[in-house]
Amino acid sequence: MIRCKTSKEIGGMGHSVKRKEDARFIQGKGHYVDDIHLPGMLHMDIVRSPYAYAKIKSINAEEALKIPGVLAVVTGKDLEKYNLHWMPTLMSDTQMVLPTDTVMYQAQEVAAVIATDRYAARDGKEAVIVEYEPMKPVIDPHKSLDPGAPVLRTDKPGKNDNHIWHWEVGDKTATEKIFAEADVVVKEQMHIPRIHVASIETCGCVADYDKVNNHLTMYMTTQAPHAIRTVIALVAGHVGLTEEKIRVVSPDIGGGFGGKVPVYPGYVIAIAVSFLVGKPVKWVEDRSENLQADSFARDYHITAEMAGTKDGKILATRFKILADHGYTDASANPSKFPTGLFSIGTGSYDYGAAFMEADAVYTNKPPGGVAYRCSFRVTEAVHAIERITDRFAFEIGKDPAQLRMENFIKKEDFPWKSPTGWTYDSGDYHAGLLKAMEVVGYEELRKEQAEKRERGELMGIGISTFTEIVGAGPSRDFDILGIKMFDSAEIRVHPTGKAIARFGTKSQGQGHETTYAQIIAEELGIPAEHIQVEEGDTDTAPYGLGTYASRSTPTAGAAAAVAARKLRDKARKIAAYLLEVSEEDLEWEPGKFFVKGAPEKAKTIQEIVFAAYTNHPLGMEAGFEATHYYDPPNLTFPSGAYICVVDIDKETGEIKVRRFVAIDDCGNIINPMIVQGQVHGGLTQGLAPAMYEQLIYDEDGNILNGTFMDYLVPTAVESPNWETGHTVTPSPHHPIGAKGVGESPTVGAPPAIANAIVDALSHLGVTHIDIPITPFKVWKILKEKGVAQ
Amino acid sequence: MIPAPFDYAAPNTLAEAFALLEQHGDDAKILAGGHSLIPMMKLRFASPAFLVDINNIPGLSYIREEDGYLRIGAMAREADLDHSELIRSRYPIFTDASKLIADPQVRNMGTIGGNIAHGDAANDHPAVMLAMRAEVVISSAEGQRTVPIDEFFYGFYMTAVQQNEILTEIRIPIPPAGTGNAYHKLERKVGDYATAGVAVQITVDGKGFCTYAGIGLTNVNPTPMRAARSEEALLGQKMTEEAIAEAARLAAEDCNPSDDLRGDEEYKRAMVGVLTRRMIHKALERARR
Repeated sequence: MIRCKTSKEIGGMGHSVKRKEDARFIQGKGHYVDDIHLPGMLHMDIVRSPYAYAKIKSINAEEALKIPGVLAVVTGKDLEKYNLHWMPTLMSDTQMVLPTDTVMYQAQEVAAVIATDRYAARDGKEAVIVEYEPMKPVIDPHKSLDPGAPVLRTDKPGKNDNHIWHWEVGDKTATEKIFAEADVVVKEQMHIPRIHVASIETCGCVADYDKVNNHLTMYMTTQAPHAIRTVIALVAGHVGLTEEKIRVVSPDIGGGFGGKVPVYPGYVIAIAVSFLVGKPVKWVEDRSENLQADSFARDYHITAEMAGTKDGKILATRFKILADHGYTDASANPSKFPTGLFSIGTGSYDYGAAFMEADAVYTNKPPGGVAYRCSFRVTEAVHAIERITDRFAFEIGKDPAQLRMENFIKKEDFPWKSPTGWTYDSGDYHAGLLKAMEVVGYEELRKEQAEKRERGELMGIGISTFTEIVGAGPSRDFDILGIKMFDSAEIRVHPTGKAIARFGTKSQGQGHETTYAQIIAEELGIPAEHIQVEEGDTDTAPYGLGTYASRSTPTAGAAAAVAARKLRDKARKIAAYLLEVSEEDLEWEPGKFFVKGAPEKAKTIQEIVFAAYTNHPLGMEAGFEATHYYDPPNLTFPSGAYICVVDIDKETGEIKVRRFVAIDDCGNIINPMIVQGQVHGGLTQGLAPAMYEQLIYDEDGNILNGTFMDYLVPTAVESPNWETGHTVTPSPHHPIGAKGVGESPTVGAPPAIANAIVDALSHLGVTHIDIPITPFKVWKILKEKGVAQ
Repeated sequence: MIPAPFDYAAPNTLAEAFALLEQHGDDAKILAGGHSLIPMMKLRFASPAFLVDINNIPGLSYIREEDGYLRIGAMAREADLDHSELIRSRYPIFTDASKLIADPQVRNMGTIGGNIAHGDAANDHPAVMLAMRAEVVISSAEGQRTVPIDEFFYGFYMTAVQQNEILTEIRIPIPPAGTGNAYHKLERKVGDYATAGVAVQITVDGKGFCTYAGIGLTNVNPTPMRAARSEEALLGQKMTEEAIAEAARLAAEDCNPSDDLRGDEEYKRAMVGVLTRRMIHKALERARR
């Protein structure tokens, strides 16, 4: 049960306030990049490579330029004149904007067609003739480091293989010693497949360069407008576009999920063209381009091992990763974390030793990978630990729930130092799993499963008890291109007691306009509905690193609370002045200060704010505004206990998710309804890679499912009835005790589903199946085991 | 959608439509519900220079029983099948099929005629029509002709409908008492084409002997396919588990699926077998009601 400190009218934390933004979204009044139409605006379409690896012999634009409305065809050679043909990635690798001689993946940008309308641009794209000389690509990452493999990044002087970086963490010696001496060691190879965020809105921009004033306004689908402004200045400063001359506006965004963090070549080309011709240039991808060319997520090949005792004590884990980054490392991780926060992979369990290592390689596939609704590779880590934990339970014949209960970090042991160096802030893992087991009826289900097995029916129960790591992050460790990962809030309260609050983050569906207002309402007692929240315009919002990795509440949400507290301190001074008492004599209740022992002597926050503009104490600064840049002292560690029940048709391999219970602990809850909505969405995006989604390439690097016909995004029809619930363990270091929730379900759901399916087949000797687990895959196993005909 | 340039006309009569088809020859393409053609134009797999939109032509979207036939106008929408009381009460196989076709938005536009005239073995109605031994009415300026469904599908995207013709009606013989029918397809997710689909119509006499068997298969052959040997194996037989299993085995053996992301040949054959057995059972259950 969530207790609220504020009244319903104020609508602070814990109230299921209806989302302010929905009024416009459900009436079709959202304003997205593609809704922007500027006078004289030109349109851009992009010619893309049909080959995964090829030399460009020639680009012939003659026929394209004959099409009425087509004005120009821009190639890498054109950009080279301005040194704009390459750009840095967020991971300090490099990426072509447009190629001058070689294409490195199918669907790579080859040339841009500029036209007076969208249709002419597309017709022009069809008419550009590019002559290629295909080469044998490197597609399988396992073969990428073979001695004979072609070296892909010949643009890098001295590069003589396809290795990008090596990373490791943990105590290798101690881990190896435990493994050597352990009673039980289990091991599985797992592929966490390459997937795509596939947000409803694709990526796009309108680059509007004003030649007279030497000023660029960049309307853009970005999750991190300020960071983008800085990146543009870094890339284009040499041609005169310095940071004060750039304004980035991120309008309404139809889903980001990490896919709208990177800078894609299309953005840079649009800016370059607008800069050269002095007209606005619009570029909006179509669905296939988005799916085929924009940053993928995941694609980790993991060897996971666990050592333990026969009676079920986990002693150590060892993970070895092969990371397929495609043609360049275009991940969107904090700079010092090439594998993101994969090192959370020791999980929710108390044991002393772990070792993890990763090697990243180049292949002829699109670059990435982004943190798809996942705090930087946490999904991969959680899949590895939760699968191998089940594997261990199976090996020693112990119930996987029991095994988890026995190995959980205890509530009283927090803050807890993990073997890979994290300090978990708080958690109550036993409570979460107990609640999930109770809701699902775990014991009964195990009985039912045993009976069904007798009759030859296939039913499985899968558990995932994950620990997340979000809220990047403390500035001592976390930066992107050197910029520290704080975030910001600025609150201005108007004389009449209404407010506008601006943030460095950017909502893409998270409901910031509502939840930030609630945080301020909680602290200041101004009704949430009187607080206008604005994000996404770098000219007005304070600097921040944007919204991804469940960081908005832990960082900007905290900034909002701290800024509001600064204002409350000021309000106390004004109230003391107005009531002619000392500050110490005042007591606060949401919405007013009153004199201790004389509650009728009070000043409401609205009266106080009005006084700040009309009757403020002598010597005090007028106005009622505050700004705070919040640098979190630690990350937050949300957790969850998920239980999934599946039934499998043994003749067809079809999998039905009968039940899915998700008990989340995201600390204090700002808006229960929004949290529930986030959990529903996240669970569906966890179901997706577990059973449906994977980007599939053939040996020539052709994508085999580059449209929604074959890239299977689950819908409401495929989604089971999500049964959600909570335990509440506040973060001790966060100003409002909140932890962040957006990605927990995406991270936690896949192993729960995979564990359930493997559990349904475990009596046949099945110990692991790579996701996505499809009916075809299951049927093949059933056939091999002699169950299906 | 950003298709290649095209011209467009929306005639109000069939006669005008025929004239436009005559005038534009191979450049012309008929636009009915548009849910096969428009995606192809969007991806520029198809770039017809001229679209003849037949949505304004009245009188092509009826669903009625007449002269011993269930007559379905070519422009009847999938949603019309969903909502037709006649279909729901007497032809459940259509309800089975239409609810598996794409999603409600598509079904509001997609037509039965278009589903068949597209000539795609992945579409669902062809198998249903094969199971029910439908006849297809094709019209042109010269008049009408009727083609049995078995002679309708020529090849990939090729049917008996010529360039100057329009498919205007589908006729299905009203089945006698003792008939049941059913359709199911395995799909990877809602709106997907079938991994395999099976349509079955069975008539049994008072003594439980099979007097009619129609079995059509979806997406397991280059063209929509009748499982002829399975039908023969059932005709005149008592509907025993063995007879049904044999029919299922023959269907699995006779289809010609190819490997794709939905599954390999082995899986699809096996699914044809499973679905044939299940659909025969379901049809029999309905026949007994």
